[in-house]
Amino acid sequence: MIKDQDFLKTKAAYCLDVAKKIGASDASVTIGHSISETVNFRNKNLDESNRSDGLAFSIDTYIGRKKSSISSSNLLNENLDILIEKCYETTKITPEDEFNSLPDKNLLADKLKDLNIYDNTHIDNDKKIHYLKELENTASEDKKIINTESSFTEKKTNFILANSDGFCSGYKTSSFTTSCVAVAKDENSMERDYEYSSKRYLDDIKDPQALGKLASDQTIRKLSPKKIGSEKLSVIFDKRIAKGMLSAFASAISSSAIARGTSFLKDKINEQIFSNSINIIDKPDIIKGLGSKNFDSEGIKSETLNLVKEGVLKNYLVDTYNGKKLNIPSNGRRGGTTNLYFENGKQSYDELLKNNSKCIYITETIGHGSNLVTGDYSVGATGFFVEDGEFKYPINEITIAGNFKDMFKNIFLANDLDFEYSTNSPTMMIEGMTVAGK
Amino acid sequence: MSNFFDKSDLARKDAENIVSDTLKNCDDGELYLEDSKSESIVLDDNKIKSSNYSSDLGFGFRAVSEEVVAYSYSNEISKNSLKSSAENLQSTLKSIKGTYNTEIPKSNKKFYSDVNPIEQKSLNSKIEVLNKVNDYLRKKDGSVKQVTANFLGEHKSVEIIRSGGEAITDIRPLIRFNVSVMLEKDGRKETGVYGIGGRQAYDDYLQNDNWKSVCEEAFRIASVNLESKPAPAGEMKVVLGPGWPAILIHEAIGHGLEGDFNRKKTSAFHNLMGHKVASEGVTIVDDGTIDNRRGSLTIDDEGTPTERTVLIENGILKNFMQDRLNARLMNTRSTGSGRRENYRHVVLPRMRNTMMLSGNQTQDEMIKSVDKGIFAVSFGGGQVDITSGKFVFNCTEAYEIINGKIGSPIKGATLIGDGPSILKEVSMVGNDMKMDPGIGTCGKAGQGVPVGVAQPSILIDKMTVGGTKL
Repeated sequence: MIKDQDFLKTKAAYCLDVAKKIGASDASVTIGHSISETVNFRNKNLDESNRSDGLAFSIDTYIGRKKSSISSSNLLNENLDILIEKCYETTKITPEDEFNSLPDKNLLADKLKDLNIYDNTHIDNDKKIHYLKELENTASEDKKIINTESSFTEKKTNFILANSDGFCSGYKTSSFTTSCVAVAKDENSMERDYEYSSKRYLDDIKDPQALGKLASDQTIRKLSPKKIGSEKLSVIFDKRIAKGMLSAFASAISSSAIARGTSFLKDKINEQIFSNSINIIDKPDIIKGLGSKNFDSEGIKSETLNLVKEGVLKNYLVDTYNGKKLNIPSNGRRGGTTNLYFENGKQSYDELLKNNSKCIYITETIGHGSNLVTGDYSVGATGFFVEDGEFKYPINEITIAGNFKDMFKNIFLANDLDFEYSTNSPTMMIEGMTVAGK
Repeated sequence: MSNFFDKSDLARKDAENIVSDTLKNCDDGELYLEDSKSESIVLDDNKIKSSNYSSDLGFGFRAVSEEVVAYSYSNEISKNSLKSSAENLQSTLKSIKGTYNTEIPKSNKKFYSDVNPIEQKSLNSKIEVLNKVNDYLRKKDGSVKQVTANFLGEHKSVEIIRSGGEAITDIRPLIRFNVSVMLEKDGRKETGVYGIGGRQAYDDYLQNDNWKSVCEEAFRIASVNLESKPAPAGEMKVVLGPGWPAILIHEAIGHGLEGDFNRKKTSAFHNLMGHKVASEGVTIVDDGTIDNRRGSLTIDDEGTPTERTVLIENGILKNFMQDRLNARLMNTRSTGSGRRENYRHVVLPRMRNTMMLSGNQTQDEMIKSVDKGIFAVSFGGGQVDITSGKFVFNCTEAYEIINGKIGSPIKGATLIGDGPSILKEVSMVGNDMKMDPGIGTCGKAGQGVPVGVAQPSILIDKMTVGGTKL
């Protein structure tokens, strides 16, 4: 059973009490508990079962503007006593930093909305096994599929965040995630692809046959890929890759990157960085949203932010520490974005594919080729060659490259946004990228 | 050494009994106990940004029957907690009839000392070094706009209790010291990063103001990049420098030779044992036994002593890297490659220090032989698709080669190649093998473990460079 709020609150209060007693001027503590159960299948048989049950504690102690932190998985009071004492002793010898402080009391979350992000349903391992059997039966129907690995994870968490200014709040969350990775083989090649479904509520996860079929189809269509020549082309990003552009954008507008001066978007507030058809929103209160939250990891209330409006950058993602450095208030984004998305574009998916007589459609990228200081982007890619709106053949062993500053201005979006992940994009086209192959 | 049973209602004898009872009809499994302490001290933007300490204690209980693994972990070492884990394992593995092999290889060799790096150097003196780094770099040149420097230290005690009560222990120190510097000149910004580390105390790496050479290297890389031009796009010859560029070997070949992917036949290498997979003269080993290296281990996380495993000998594929489970199912022996990030994770076959050995050519000969290509000296990370064999890695310092001469520096670009064929494109192997500076972390199935790499300079005849200049 997941630990209840009372247990976590008692522990949190104990920690704050110890910190205050030994002389800390302020303190902030997080106590969390999570239980997860995973069953893995491989080629229609049970492969692994995994149960984890873990408590976590972390504390920041302050002496004026001095701050230090400690974390541990051992919540016995005698251990907490030793660690908090150690944290306090470390704080004493840590240099002052004028920007260190607890969050502004006026910005703290006062009441919690019910975001429907906790489903108390427990699905026992036998039922998970039943789901995975159905999934793998469908996934492996085609003879070209030579290996399937799938998994089902149920996760429940609960936490309390408390600080010495009197903030004390937390809530439970749940997630149910199923996935299937398939390997297909023909006389020329062996390829792998996947599909997954992750939801807050058990009833919302994809039906096993549908998931298995998608994993299988997406893998088989990659067989016998070709390598294409090097040229400038329009590149279409499948939704599962397009969201990566948003993640890169979010990292580049984090107040820490801006304050440190290490982002290509520094000083770009109120400037046009996308074409004027682009809107980017971060919305924390989507019902059942995978990124939904009531407050950030400092306790500051999270509200909807229009990050980009008609192509113009309107907000950074701000926390207390970096906000003080930049002289702007926190907007509750310590720990990053919540449910981040591009608003829909005007064209349909089919129209987007037909914009150019030829282009490439990318389903997977590999490598860590985003440089957020310069905006340079270069990654390995696999996908399909598209002619007159139709997939002609699979392609691989190519790279795509450009610079975010140019790429952002050349983004066109389809109107097929949905909320499968915490960060979501419609299908995306970027014109004029350099494709390197043969 | 941690005594995991001192402060617990669980007596060692009880733990041994629960382990033996639970595993009696299993083919394998163990109780893995871990006590780790770690610290991270970060200087950033002219200030000590954070000083964190973490203490983590827990166990992972594993039962293996044929191919099936049941795993349960908890961070509470108690009688109840271990019993409930045991019940969880038994409920997964219902009707089983395995034979537990209690024999496990032994060795007296140790590849690092028990030193606790966190205690060995005071927090004050660590902060002092970080402040010196910041002052040194900012005074060095007006173009320095940002400096980040950090210490990471870890001290981990592990104990593995097997069925029958045999206990195997290890104490593992690990440190890393990193410097990152950002320069700005004429409106252009570039960064340079360098780090050092291994399984010794901080001061073993910081003697004689060695931190200065780390600063110099980070500064040098950033300076080179300030002058860089757009990288070319397309297939061309690539000369790789010695040392850290061996992450090419790690991505292109290493992952594909891990036992699990080959047992499951999902690796592009699974049917190539005994075949020629590389040019003559190419020998690659994975070695866990080099003193104090980041990827070295006295025993792996199943208790097997590590070894030097020859993967490719003179171009021929000789061995895969194995943990106990995959070795048993493939009728071979463990190569001491069973590793896990911590007690929360199951064991997987992983790399340790992966090295291509020296040949007899020089880097000069390689450069001179190239009409048009690139010379790649330093890299960021890499990644591989095991099944298709395609792999990438990102240059952080590279130059164009024109008519046998090194030309201008080029911007960071991704290089992409095909694992099973890339080593056949190696046409020269240098005589200058070098280990990396001790900074690598390898990710697989959500688990990060410290690793090392080494290689001499090599010439690859054909690789796709992912620049923007056609």
